[in-house]
Amino acid sequence: MKVKQISIFLENKSGRLADVTHALGNSDINIRALSIADTSDFGILRLIVNDPTKALSILKDEGFTVSQTDVIAVEVSDSPGGLAAALDALKTENINIEYMYAFIEKSSNDALVVFRVEEITRAISLLENEGFNLLSANKVYEL
Amino acid sequence: MIWNKEDEQMSREELNELQVERLQATVRKVYNNVPFYKNKLNSAGVNPNELDSLKDLSRLPFTTKDDLRDNYPFGLFTVPLEEVVRIHSSSGTTGKPTVVGYTQEDIEIWTELMARTMSCGGIGKGDIVQNAFGYGLFTGGLGIHYGAEKTGASVVPISGGNTKRQIKIMEDFGSTALMCTPSYALYIAEIADELGFDIKNSNLKYGIFGAEPWSDNMRKEIEKLLGIKAIDIYGLSEIIGPGVASECQAQDGLHIFEDHFIPEVIDPKTGEVLDYGQKGELVFTTITKNALPVIRYRTKDISVLHKERCSCGRTLVRMERISGRVDDMLIIRGVNVFPSQIESVLLDISETKPHYQLVVERKGRLDTLEVWVEVSDTFFSDEVRRLEELERKIHNEIESVLGISVKVKLVEQNTIPRSEGKAKRVVDKRKL
Repeated sequence: MKVKQISIFLENKSGRLADVTHALGNSDINIRALSIADTSDFGILRLIVNDPTKALSILKDEGFTVSQTDVIAVEVSDSPGGLAAALDALKTENINIEYMYAFIEKSSNDALVVFRVEEITRAISLLENEGFNLLSANKVYEL
Repeated sequence: MIWNKEDEQMSREELNELQVERLQATVRKVYNNVPFYKNKLNSAGVNPNELDSLKDLSRLPFTTKDDLRDNYPFGLFTVPLEEVVRIHSSSGTTGKPTVVGYTQEDIEIWTELMARTMSCGGIGKGDIVQNAFGYGLFTGGLGIHYGAEKTGASVVPISGGNTKRQIKIMEDFGSTALMCTPSYALYIAEIADELGFDIKNSNLKYGIFGAEPWSDNMRKEIEKLLGIKAIDIYGLSEIIGPGVASECQAQDGLHIFEDHFIPEVIDPKTGEVLDYGQKGELVFTTITKNALPVIRYRTKDISVLHKERCSCGRTLVRMERISGRVDDMLIIRGVNVFPSQIESVLLDISETKPHYQLVVERKGRLDTLEVWVEVSDTFFSDEVRRLEELERKIHNEIESVLGISVKVKLVEQNTIPRSEGKAKRVVDKRKL
């Protein structure tokens, strides 16, 4: 149930984001979800793409500082309180969330949220026991 | 105002005679008392009793900072430690510190030279000298202190820092002279302005500045903002501290106190002695020091010597303001910084690659040092927190080694320009 996410270190320089997206676009890599964390000096671009292995090697060849991280993609009810329910489950078990962001596309009527947590294996079994639907990697890449 | 007319206005012949005599005595002294010099002179085939003229100086081997370090702490002293009344030391940030010692007579010589320096700057009895050079192991504070006292001036030993208090004391005591690094002088002017103290029309008339590279433009700015005459001084602890050379009121080069130090300018690559008017590395031989004489000490500072007579009446040779360094040493807010020190900090931190660049800028009145470090693929974490921790770690390690705060900037890998041979580690954007 782990999903591969690509992270790219970017200096705060104009055009860097465009460089990344061009490199991926030229190789037919489709971005499924993204988030950017930024500080005054640098940013980290996090991507879910249709082919993470290929994306990683392309970006490395282009000289970007990249890494691959395991995240989980959880379906939460697309209604008020939906996200809170998932967060409550993690909270009761003291699982820290490093960061999270949402997909725009959906695989069902539910909303899809990406979580990066400290203890991923424990988080997966916990959420599944609580009845949450976690999407497999292949399903996410195909969205 | 000339402190010691007899010595500072000697004829060239008299001076040369005195220098040869003192050089012979110094070389004999180090040969007989310091195994390091004995071995060095023997291997260079120099008989210490056969130095007949100043031309023979070029036959003597050079001494370097490494030699002082290798003989840490007291290995090059020519006198037993009980003769030494004062010990100063560098901070030792590049490895072992360099330690220098003074006998009572050395302190008296140093005091005399600093009194000459004060007179060069127009300072004497009746003046109130605010000495904002750091007191302590650094030679600047105490060197200035004793020299200023010797002239009869009233010395305020305020040391560096605490700028608001500097200004309050300047106002309340009516300081007539300020001594500090040139960048600190500008900073004081800025804060005085903020506090509404009209420093330009205050009692302050003179300033003696050193321990940091500066330019004529900076001098003009200091003179304009503080309403003073600004004098450049030169010295280094290995030779004696401040008091090696000083500008006079003509502000046209620094007079080297040649009755105590013999200057040479050499080609830093070949070691060949260059003529007056040619640019090269400054080398000094001390000829009156007792505890730690040094023979042909390579300063790594770049300058030019001029022998033309100065309008002030002193006959001493003048050196131009230091125009650079032979090595890549930087002086940031009065602190010596070698890129190699930063490199060794980075090498100790496993997350970073040894690819880095130092960017020096002058923001407002103060120098800033940015350390650009490449983040390696293997360490790169997609958590901002981790990267910020890394920045902090580098910052703290560098601060503990250098004693100054730097800004750490993480950059993408392979973005710092590689060059064949010597890497360009330093980008100095300061317009001095």
